[in-house]
Amino acid sequence: MSFSRRSVLATGAALGMAPLSRARAQANTIKIGVLNDMSGPYRDISGPFGVACTKQAVAEFGMQGFNVEVINADHQNKPDVGAGLARQWYDQGVDLILDVPTSSVGLAVAQVAKEKNKAYINTGSATSDLTGAACQATTVHWMYDTYMLAKSTGSAMVAAGGDSWFFLTADYAFGHALERDTANFVRSAGGRVMGQVRYPFPSTTDFSSFLVQAQASRAKVIGMANAGADTINTIKQAAEFGITRRGTKLAALLMFLADVHALGLQTAQGLVLTESFYWDLNDRTRAVTRRLLPHLNGAYPNMASVANYSATLHFLKAVKDMGVAAAKASGTEIVNRMKAMPTDDDAFGAGSIRVDGRKLCPSYLFEVKSPAESKGPYDYYKLLGTTPAGEAFRPLNEGGCSQVRS
Amino acid sequence: MDEIFGIPAPLLFGQLLLGLINGAFYAMLSLGLAVIFGLLNIINFTHGAQFMMGAFAAWMLLAWAGLGYWWALVLAPIIVGFTGIILEKLFISRLYKLDHLYGLLLTLGLGLIIEGVFRNQFGSSGLPYRIPAELSGAWDLGFMYMPIYRGWVVVAALFFCISTWLIIEKTRLGAYLRAATERAELVQAFGINVPRMITLTYGAGVALAAVAGVLAAPIYSVNPQMGSNLIIVVFAVVVIGGMGSILGSIITGFGLGIVEGLTKVFYPEASATVIFVIMAIVLLARPAGLFGRA
Amino acid sequence: MSSETTLTAIPTGVVGKQAPGIWGFNGSQLIALLLLVAALGLAPFFLYPVFVMKLLCFALFACAFNLLIGYVGLMSFGHAAYFGMGGYIAGHAAKVWGLTPELSIIAGGLVGAGLGVLGGWLAIRRQGIYFAMITMALAQMVYFFCVQAPFTGGEDGIQAIPRGKLFGVISMDSDMAMYWLVAVVFLMGFMFIHRIIHSPFGQVMKAIRENEPRTTSLGYRTDDYKLVAFILSCGLAGVAGAVKTLVFGIATLTDVHFSMSGEVVLMTLVGGLGTIFGPVIGAAVVVGMQNYLAEMGAWVTVIQGGIFVACVLAFRRGIVGEIGNLFKVKL
Repeated sequence: MSFSRRSVLATGAALGMAPLSRARAQANTIKIGVLNDMSGPYRDISGPFGVACTKQAVAEFGMQGFNVEVINADHQNKPDVGAGLARQWYDQGVDLILDVPTSSVGLAVAQVAKEKNKAYINTGSATSDLTGAACQATTVHWMYDTYMLAKSTGSAMVAAGGDSWFFLTADYAFGHALERDTANFVRSAGGRVMGQVRYPFPSTTDFSSFLVQAQASRAKVIGMANAGADTINTIKQAAEFGITRRGTKLAALLMFLADVHALGLQTAQGLVLTESFYWDLNDRTRAVTRRLLPHLNGAYPNMASVANYSATLHFLKAVKDMGVAAAKASGTEIVNRMKAMPTDDDAFGAGSIRVDGRKLCPSYLFEVKSPAESKGPYDYYKLLGTTPAGEAFRPLNEGGCSQVRS
Repeated sequence: MDEIFGIPAPLLFGQLLLGLINGAFYAMLSLGLAVIFGLLNIINFTHGAQFMMGAFAAWMLLAWAGLGYWWALVLAPIIVGFTGIILEKLFISRLYKLDHLYGLLLTLGLGLIIEGVFRNQFGSSGLPYRIPAELSGAWDLGFMYMPIYRGWVVVAALFFCISTWLIIEKTRLGAYLRAATERAELVQAFGINVPRMITLTYGAGVALAAVAGVLAAPIYSVNPQMGSNLIIVVFAVVVIGGMGSILGSIITGFGLGIVEGLTKVFYPEASATVIFVIMAIVLLARPAGLFGRA
Repeated sequence: MSSETTLTAIPTGVVGKQAPGIWGFNGSQLIALLLLVAALGLAPFFLYPVFVMKLLCFALFACAFNLLIGYVGLMSFGHAAYFGMGGYIAGHAAKVWGLTPELSIIAGGLVGAGLGVLGGWLAIRRQGIYFAMITMALAQMVYFFCVQAPFTGGEDGIQAIPRGKLFGVISMDSDMAMYWLVAVVFLMGFMFIHRIIHSPFGQVMKAIRENEPRTTSLGYRTDDYKLVAFILSCGLAGVAGAVKTLVFGIATLTDVHFSMSGEVVLMTLVGGLGTIFGPVIGAAVVVGMQNYLAEMGAWVTVIQGGIFVACVLAFRRGIVGEIGNLFKVKL
């Protein structure tokens, strides 16, 4: 199991260390740098899987008159390491930086991309600032953001009768944004917010105290404005304290298939969450999953890892469309071309990229199946509802993005 | 019902209880640290990783050998304790004559290696481990819903803490240990194999961390970084209690769990910082800690 | 329990007389200094300038830290607080107040030193591991402040900080221009630390490291000396943090986090405690590792841990300390 994962890494490392002086070959080579968390808490969300998805996209795109090289590195969730690597990569001929989870690193890399006029597609951060106050002509935000997660889960839960909420919020920018956006949707759908508790991030492992506070508020829904191990711990302990059994609903505002897998269906059943991709959604998602599986060491793709596949394909199509030389010359131009072309791939179907850099795709509300309903490996979700691409994200004029001319 | 500082009294009471449960983990972990520091003079920063190894050992026993929770509670500490003995023999034993700093850095490095290897092998998002059937369910206390498993954690932690304390304070073996802490050469002169005793003590301290890991597996996410967040807090507990003081670390562990629990109600954002505030105050007022000897 | 502060592995170098050198540098140190200056001048043409700048920021930080642990024997386990706050203040000054880079750096240094007054005043009351614990506790509080305070931008940090114009005239936007500023700041800091160590004040510092009670009995008010050394170290750490913020244009929680306090210990230890050039080499090794191992993916933490273990077991004097020991010179 670990052997092939290591060999994926080794290939990435070998490519990354290849001498950069092969100038002639470089002129006709597009370089894609996947910058993500390979050793920290978000590793299983994308990490080596995101790299594998990128490579699969390159392989499927095939030889179309230019070479494509994929390198990857671990930003260790440190903004200075991430920004430093991004600078170095762009200066040394990388044409696109991809993935970049963790909002602070994601925002820092956006600055570097703007400064160097190079393309940057973020598929891993949740901050809606990437297409708002901090938007750049060189940035595309491909996947989920706090607004989209909040809208899908928040409005749907209220519509289903969960009209009083208590928030359990990780005390940092991401948690605050998620709580604020969700609370807005809850209120505008006619629901009420009974209270919230902000716990220290990342040093909290016991959530029982907060869960008891949430229960004392008599809210019908506990909104978890957190991610990763925090969400898993919260859900585990909510099950232990019988919160879900006694009718209170848990809303996971950011959760992935890998997290459900880590919890096990016994504990996770009944959870409501939002993703933009699920492998068993339709024929096309099943087809792309079949192609990806041999490269993922038994894990299944989720919206964050597969977004790298989809983004790479679209980027390469745009490169082919405008020519390698022009694509390498200006990040703004290649991103403009990407915005002008409709997106279409097996993972997300047909879509488009808005002028502020937001990639539009539908968001799906899922409920986690019970062990009895699940029939095979990773058969975890059932679809509750769909928000169409046009409504899933923050309206263009509300983000405050300077690229938008009214 | 009455209110205390604007919080309904039953809710506050429930929070105190939850704080006590967290304190049980602090007490067990800081107990191991204190035992190791007392005899080896080493600040064992690998402790967090060894706590994590305990939880993973429980998972492995279940997934690979089909042995359940109760077996894990017995076997995991033995297995992890044994790896501790190997670490002590190979690395830690070389540092006894040096400054604390080197022991701290070495164990910190060992912890990083262990954590990294586990992350490569098992990923970062964690593994599922369920509460044993005998202990699932909950009591309805009226003011709150109390999972049976949490009650078990407190009982088990108290059992391990008190037995460790008894062994060290009331048995012949404990007397040797305490004597070796004071004057190792003299104890050696009486024909007792001090190096072996030191090695076994380290193993026992590590085993205590592993027990805590097994106890934690059903309620916390079993992932490679589960110990690294805890270790600094636990270390602060040991310092507040008085480095090397067994009783001090037990009482302080439970006490700080309660203090932290109260902070989670009144000012949740600060619940991770409050322990350090207390540590600074204690160190300035009583340098040797609450129960330490100056 | 024992709470002695002496670090047994501090290399004492050659015993006895030393040839009088220039500015307190002995012969071998002078050669090393010339090599260092030459390396500073040539590095940006061979290595990636931003990488070298980052390295220099950490080298200055490690030198400042070494001033405490290597020469006074005080082990601070929370130096990230001063480094990170220096960075935040410089970032805020450059972005919101629109100060020029040199003023922002000075502001960062002053805030570092100011925090150092408070932290030092509390921490020097205790010794050994307890000193380390108090500094750690204070650093955790500073971290908490940075998470909560509105001006730090929480987890996202302060982003898009302009490098500005030096003295309001010379634009620092190009990496080479910025490089020379960083190199000059680093060299000034490095020489300043060297000057402190070789001043009469520095002699007393070393006396405290070797035997504090004896120094007290000679009539020195050791607490005052320790406090001043602490403040100087924190001020320089603040300067280093400020420069790093300007180089990258960001100030984030990473720089005030506990693990940064650990990293600076690692750098100093790898390079050699109590050697003048050690921290520079140590910073180069650690930063280089972070940069080049990034492509090793998940093995970064394992390799870092391995280096900790190897240093403690086999190279307790650190790289520079071992070299100095080998050639019987003091570096």
